[in-house]
Amino acid sequence: MTLIDLANPTKFLSLTGRILPWLAAATAILLVIGFYQAAMAPDDYQQGATVKIMFIHVPNAWLSMFVWGVMSLAALGTLVWRHPLADVAAKAAAPIGAAFTFLALVTGSLWGRPMWGTYWQWDARLTSVLILFLMYLGLIALWRAVDDPSRAARAAAILTLVGALNLPIIKFSVDWWNTLHQPASVLRMGGPTLDRAFLIPLLVMAIGFSLLFVTLHLAAMRNEILRRRVRSLQIMQASQQAA
Amino acid sequence: MTALAALIRRDIKIALRVGGGALVGVLFFLTVTVLMPFALGPDLALLTRLGPAILWLGALLASLLTLDRLFTADHEDGSLDLIVMGRTPLELACAAKALAHWLAAGLPLIIATPALGLMLNLDTTATSAVALTLLVGTPALTFIGMIGAALAVTLHRGGLLLAVLVLPLSIPVLIFGVAASQAAISGPLAFGTPFSILCAISLVSFVIGPFAAAASLRHGLD
Repeated sequence: MTLIDLANPTKFLSLTGRILPWLAAATAILLVIGFYQAAMAPDDYQQGATVKIMFIHVPNAWLSMFVWGVMSLAALGTLVWRHPLADVAAKAAAPIGAAFTFLALVTGSLWGRPMWGTYWQWDARLTSVLILFLMYLGLIALWRAVDDPSRAARAAAILTLVGALNLPIIKFSVDWWNTLHQPASVLRMGGPTLDRAFLIPLLVMAIGFSLLFVTLHLAAMRNEILRRRVRSLQIMQASQQAA
Repeated sequence: MTALAALIRRDIKIALRVGGGALVGVLFFLTVTVLMPFALGPDLALLTRLGPAILWLGALLASLLTLDRLFTADHEDGSLDLIVMGRTPLELACAAKALAHWLAAGLPLIIATPALGLMLNLDTTATSAVALTLLVGTPALTFIGMIGAALAVTLHRGGLLLAVLVLPLSIPVLIFGVAASQAAISGPLAFGTPFSILCAISLVSFVIGPFAAAASLRHGLD
């Protein structure tokens, strides 16, 4: 079974139809374990119970970037190999990535309120995640601007790749901008020396959320394929009626 | 080479003549800058402090406004199809079009900057710093914006969609443009550091812009 075999949507549908229940079950189990462990994790000596926001915040933040990587791979698939499922994958991933980015922003903001005393701080990381969120929204707007999916797919693929090239530059610029505007006033979160009591639940949650993404992504791809089939059937029906 | 020169000459001519609309960008730049004191109050000290940022924002929005024209008119009269099918590499043709667009729409913004700096109570150093950073930075805005313009023309959508796609990508140019201007005026930092990074961003955009725009035109037009 290679990627080329999956180019046939029917094969893809039957394969994912068999895999999806298992994936969903694994996701649920991992997330339940992760939430239990996170709830049982000790409070931080400085941050108290609020440190538990981290177990949701960090996986979301990591996925917000990972999803753009997935979309970039799909964009290469669209432009280079013309893989029929690549644009379906890219289209399905964009709203999920935007949702993860939004959750990362919201949880970060809720964490910031007790820790920094404000919901929003023009911190370099927060700002670059916000820009990432804006770029996700722009990409979704591009997808929604055109009714012909293959035309939109190529445009979105180019924008995704340009974004992938530009995101490191934007990140670097925002870091620079931030150090100029407010030097070292912000509490640094996390830090490399994370205690095992936090690290293991965090890893479980990260894997759980990644599986959640894979599950949602495959389900969204199936929906997209079915939606396109419905659309072409409707067009066929309409043209038959007209004839 | 002659083909590219002809393309540049033609684009500048079209942009400057009736219906071209390149100079509307300068008018927009002027209007936005004049609006700022109404929002901020006529406090000259405050305007001095915010001047570089106001000028940069105005130039960014003005160059965005004119970008819509970059490919649309050529697409409407069919000459874009000829350019795509022509023997000149499409990447070079895109770069030539962007250069012509910058000469017609970007350069007037920089020429207008000293007059606007005067109105914002900027001294000579500040004005020349802003003009110099705009001279280096606005080509980057044009070349990055060209990607959005190419996407918009293949999708037959312009205006707001273009702005939404291009503005996040132009954040680095804005950051380093304003940072370099501030460094020249007051900042603790040497002017050269952010200025060289601004130059680097412009050079990178010269590479990415034409290739992405050409790819978008090739894949999108049919």
